[in-house]
This record gives sequence, structure tokens and C-alpha cells, in this order.
Amino acid sequence: MADPAIAIVGAGPAGIRAAEALARHGLAAVLVDEAPKGGGQIYRQAPDVFRRPYSARYGFEARKARALHEAIARLAGAIDYRSSTLAWNVWDRKLDTLHDGHTGRIGFDVLVIAAGAMDRILPLPGWTLPGVYSLGGAQIALKVQGCAIGRRVAFVGTGPLLYLVAYQYAKAGARVAAVLDTSSAADKRGALSAMGAEPRTLAKGLYYRAWLGAHRIAIEEGATDLAIAGDGGVRELRYRRGGIDKSVDCDAVGLGFGLKPETQLADLAGCAFRFDRDSRQWLPERNADGESSVPNVYLAGDGARIGGADAAELWGERVGLAIAARFGRPRDAVRIAAIDARLARLAKFRAALERAFPIPSQLAALADDTILCRCESIRVGQAKAAIRDFALVEMNRMKAITRIGMGRCQGRMCGLAAAELLAAQCGRDVASVGRLRGQPPVKPIPMPWAGSP
Amino acid sequence: MTERVDVDVAIVGGGIQGCSAALQLRRAGLSVCLMEKGALGSQASGVNFGGVRQQGRHLAELPLARRSRELWGRLRELVGTDCEFVASGHLKLARSDADMDELERYLADAADLGLHLELIGAKRIRAEYPWLGDKVFGASLAPEDGHANPRLVAPAFGRAARAAGAEVREFTRVVAAARDGDRFALRCEGLEVSSRFLVNAAGAWAGEIAAAFGERVPIAIHSPDMLVTEALPPLVTRSIGVCGGDVYLRQAARGNVILGGGQGWADFERERSRPLSEVSARAIDKAMQIVPWLESVLVIRTWSGLEGLMPDHLPVVGFSRTTPNLVHAFGFSGHGFQLGPAIGMIIAELIRNGASASPLGAFDIGRFAAVEEPRGTAADLNHGGAK
Repeated sequence: MADPAIAIVGAGPAGIRAAEALARHGLAAVLVDEAPKGGGQIYRQAPDVFRRPYSARYGFEARKARALHEAIARLAGAIDYRSSTLAWNVWDRKLDTLHDGHTGRIGFDVLVIAAGAMDRILPLPGWTLPGVYSLGGAQIALKVQGCAIGRRVAFVGTGPLLYLVAYQYAKAGARVAAVLDTSSAADKRGALSAMGAEPRTLAKGLYYRAWLGAHRIAIEEGATDLAIAGDGGVRELRYRRGGIDKSVDCDAVGLGFGLKPETQLADLAGCAFRFDRDSRQWLPERNADGESSVPNVYLAGDGARIGGADAAELWGERVGLAIAARFGRPRDAVRIAAIDARLARLAKFRAALERAFPIPSQLAALADDTILCRCESIRVGQAKAAIRDFALVEMNRMKAITRIGMGRCQGRMCGLAAAELLAAQCGRDVASVGRLRGQPPVKPIPMPWAGSP
Repeated sequence: MTERVDVDVAIVGGGIQGCSAALQLRRAGLSVCLMEKGALGSQASGVNFGGVRQQGRHLAELPLARRSRELWGRLRELVGTDCEFVASGHLKLARSDADMDELERYLADAADLGLHLELIGAKRIRAEYPWLGDKVFGASLAPEDGHANPRLVAPAFGRAARAAGAEVREFTRVVAAARDGDRFALRCEGLEVSSRFLVNAAGAWAGEIAAAFGERVPIAIHSPDMLVTEALPPLVTRSIGVCGGDVYLRQAARGNVILGGGQGWADFERERSRPLSEVSARAIDKAMQIVPWLESVLVIRTWSGLEGLMPDHLPVVGFSRTTPNLVHAFGFSGHGFQLGPAIGMIIAELIRNGASASPLGAFDIGRFAAVEEPRGTAADLNHGGAK
């Protein structure tokens, strides 16, 4: 059997480990990554001129970050590693790419999509004010550039990243005004014993919280009616808790409600999707080997389903081993069994996390003038009117009529929130309103395609 | 449990033609049931360029286009919204002397049919349109032409038809169509429709409906390759086409430049279409030659859709040759959008009066002539085997 041409999209934990497992079996992949350096978002590397040590940048995860960076450094000589390269389309066993303003094509027999995740954003009044960042964005500013998003920063939303980023900011010397969590203490108590499946990860989470508490940083759980106020910038964050209206003075806000996989390439590759009740979003289907419904298209890491960095590394290796075995290499049954067992534990932990940090259902109550789709400046009231007026029950139709999801981000930012609003307004289950169809390019690309090498 | 609906007119296809017909038939006092397999306007009617263009049409189509243009001007009164229609004018560009000759000839022919065009020479084009590239020799301007948002038009007609009392059923696929005595019997999942008249406005799928009544038509699939840029400051004041038709572009009020050219990929069996990046790249290349300013902008989306294409690029509009009371309106071959408002009126005239005020001779299905025996019993429509 001839060795296949293998392309991997994403040089984060999943993509690097997939490339490494393949290389171990003598299979050299083309590894395409949008960033200038490997590591993904979680282990994002700083530019060379920055000298903050690993321990300062990655905290408890410094060892893992270093190991992954060393892995990509080792691989870079052995495989075709293309950094600063965006894969913006998949069609007919070819990736369309963009590098330094030029388009290119990479043919493949086997594709591994390890495209990672982004913040899940839900709109709230004032969320588009200057000074409001996603939690992930706030973290990258600190990790990569060593700077904070403001002088007095409030963090709001839900999910483990909320506490981690607040901790990292406070630890780095930034003033953290408050941490407002929309999930309640009861949500977390209910999930606590299941989270014991991963005691070390749980311990880290509890440590961040305890550290914040010990440093007298206000943590409010069960916050509702969130609103960011200010004129041309952030002035305060308003919320309601225990029946009392409160506010926090701040000049920047980190906002996020967990993560969402970057599934556009899987969609363009034709992979079948299924609605996932736990995370309330559509995810590409995959089997135990990580193979999607499209033969020889594999999915690994948070780009397929949010599992965290440890799971992403394991999924990457798992997919690499599966591909190697398919193309005539000995099947490493022992390692595969060990990975599967570990992934099963991590999956249980992840399910508990979803219960501990549920997505708030406040969308239908948002004021009509709240912006829902920021690219096209479509407000909640306009969306509701169109839903009524055109009897909308499906996402792509809502996009066509209202322009929601039609702008630069193509619904990456607002798609999930728009689906929740549509479902609530038309009185249907969120699964039944569907999802925005992927259309190339997955991110805006410059016009002069033709004439590119 | 199967629902039964009895109406004067059943319409298959919820594109702009079907929705416009539904509205006009209701206004004429007839009861109507429209069946659309997906959402209204989700194929050719919704994915097309949005050109509201008379200039450059086959002369046989011009009387219809003239009539439609009048309706575009009072869309708000007709369907409650203007669907972002703007009479920007349409510039058809010449990129050679031969092109200029072609524009000159067309101008004379169109004048006979009441369409006023204006020829613009090289010097004037530089002065008045400094944003056009130097590959442009000259142009013909159709001041009344313009563009609209295609995603809004079929749904707007559908909504107006509904408000006027039409049954408009989306996500309702016709799986069998046949004569039943002097009526038509249409079967959908959970729905049976009986009607005196049947309108075949099924776009790319219309060949299957025609075949169910013994009329084989050589309908092919057209899948325009389209793309849109980020929103930009206003610059492209006219809707732009070229001799040869290999690229066309316009700037929407929101600021995005929409451009198209060439054919994407289509799989009729699975009802899927995709733009092709190499085709998009060619269209971009041509677009940048005529509007060099586009060189520095970002593309945010590309798309395609499925449309019926006839060998002579003219639609089929008129009564069936095999089956009384069956009216066809399909095969608009990539330029049916502008005609939609008039086609609805024409269909209503055909059904109410047996004839239309507009000349339809060139669009007769008889020009393809391969007539078979109707299949008699309820013919199961294949729909390409798609489920």
C-alpha cells in the first residue's frame, strides 16, 4: 500500500500529537497552522522578543507547554510544517490555503482537522463596547504580549476559563474588579463528585478559586441580568444577585461562556453533524478512531468537541495511530487502549464541567436594543420582529432575512446565540432550528486569489 | 394523517416565479396552494446576483422585462417592502471595439422595444467613472435598471401571498403529480392537493414535473459562482456587467460588493452546490481588471445554488402541450430574477383568461417538442432519488 498524502490543519495540542504519532510510523504529514508558531491557543507561544519564563506564562501547565513546543520543534525538520498559513476551504480532497497574501492548494488523501476552539459568546447589553474582550482574548493578551486588557478588569460569564483567566490576571499584578459567574454554587455542588474523576484538574480549579478568595477578589455566583455600561468604553458592569441590583466599576471586561469548536472546515468537508445536548451545539460526528462520516477525514481535539488540552493531545495521538494502522503500520493496541481509557475518564469529567457551568438562558429576556450580530449591527428586537414577521423557524433562513451571521465573522461569534433566540421565539427546541451552513472562506481572505502561486 | 386541500391552482416551487404567481392569483380571486420542498427562495431565486436588469436580454424577453420593471418600481405597494431595490442604472462594459459595436447594435434593437439605453465612449467613461480600470473601452448605460436583495424577494412575495390568503407550504416536497379526471392530484408527505390548474415553477426540478405529464425538456443545471466582499465605502454606483457576461458586480447599500462569474459545482441528485475556488479566482481577476479598487479588499463569503438552464437560454413560459390547465414557468437560465414580478401576472392571466397580454411565443415548451404519452396514473417523481 502506497503511503497516503496526509494534511493536518492546526498545530495545537491535537495537531502536533497527530503529526508526531504519524511521524513515529514513518508517515510525514503536511501540518498547516494559522499561527506563526505552534502550540495552539492554550500553549500559544510569544514572539521571540518576549522573554517571560514558561512558569509565568503557562503556570501549572508550563511543563506541558514546553513539551509540546519541543515536540513541534523536533517535528519541524522532519515534516512539511507550514506556519502562518490559513486553511480556508476544503473541497475535492484539496485544502485551499492562504499564506502571506497568496493562495495555495494542498492535495490530500487523509485529512486531520484539529482546528481548535474559540470563546462561546452570548450577547448582553454593552458587549460590543471598546474594552470588552473574550476571555480567551484577554488570556492571549496576557500570555503572548504580557499586557492586560485594562487597569481594572471584571471577568464575567461561566466556565473554568473564567476563574483561570481571573487568577492569571491577578497573579500577573492586574487589578481584578470582580468575577461574576452566571452559574450557581448549586450547579457546581451537583457536579462536584463527578469532577473527582480528574482530581488534579479539579484541584487546580479549586485552587484558582481559593486563591482569588484569599486575595479578596469578589466572586459572585448565580449572577443574572448582566449589562456592561459606559460611553465609548467600559465604565461599569451591572448585574443582579439574590434579588439585589449591583454594579462593579471597571474599565475592561473579559467575557465568555465556555468554548465552541471551530467546525467550519469539518462542515465544508461534508462531515455529518449531530446536535449535542450537553453543550447545546451541533458537533461533527466521529467514531472511536476520530474518523468523521467522510472516509479519511479525521477530527481531533477541541475542534471536534470541547475536551480540554489534555484530551486534545490524546485525541491527536489516537487519530495518528488510527491512520498509521489503516495504512499498513502495526496497530499499537496497548497504547490505543490506554488512550481510550484516559479519554473516557476525561469525557466524564467534561460532562460534569458542562453541568457545573451551564449556559445561562437569558437571551429571550434581553432588551430589544441589545446587539445580537455585531458584524451587521443587528439587534435583538430586529431579530424578534423578523422571526414573527416571516414565521422563521430555521437558522439559514433567519440569516437570509435578517443578515445575522452574514458579516465578517460568518456567524462564528453570534451563531449559537442567534439559534437560542430563534428557538425561544418560535417556541421550538434549539436542535430543530438547525445551524448556519458553512460557506468558504472560513475567515475573510484578500481578493487577489488569481495569480497566486 | 393526510391533510387534503382543494384549490383552484396548485403551484409547485416557491421561488420568485411561484411566489409571485401565488400573490397575483390570489389577487385575481383564485384559491391557491403553493408547495416548496425547502424554504421559499432558497435556490436560484435567493442565491442569484440580484440584478434587476433589462439591458442585454434576448429581445424576446424584453417586453416581459419592461413589464416587470414597472412592478419593481412599486414593490413596496405590492409586497410591503422594496427588497432593497435601487434603480442604480446598469452599465454594460465593452472591453474591445467589437464589444462597442455589439452595444451599439443592441441599443438600436432595444429602442424599438421601448428600452432607452445610452452609449458612453472612452473619454466620457474615464471622466464619469474614474474607478473603472483602463481595460474598459466604453459602456452602455440602462438608467432604469438596478439591483435588489435576492434573499428577500421570494420570501416577501410569499409573505404577501400568504397575507392575501394563499396556502404557502414550505418544506413540503411534491412526491407525485398526475391528472385526476379534469383535475390535478399532487401528493406530498402528509398532504394531498387537488386543483383545477397546476403551475410548474419548480426551477431546476421543473423537468421532473414536466416529465410527469409527458413533456421531456432538455433542462440542464446552472450553478452560478458568487462571492461577496466585506462592507466597503460606497464607490460602485452602478450595477456592472460586461459583453460576454463572464463577470458582473454591484455594491449593496450596506457596502458589500457582490460579484459573480462562471459556474460552481452542482450535484443535482443530492441537491447540493458549491462555489469553486478556481472559478471564483477567475471572476475576481476579471473584476479587478474592471474595478482595480477591489484589489485591497477582503472576501467574506462565496456561494452557489441550483437553477434550470435551457439550451437556448430562454425560459419555458406558457401552457403545456400535453395537458390542459398545466402552466409552465421555469428554465430561466440564470436571469429570471428580474422577470419574477411580471411572470406572476402572466401566469395569473393565462389561468384566468387563457391568454396573456405579453408575447410568449418564444417561450413555448413546444420548441423542444419531444412529447411522450402522459404517464396516466399518479407518477412517482424521482427527484433524483434524493431523500
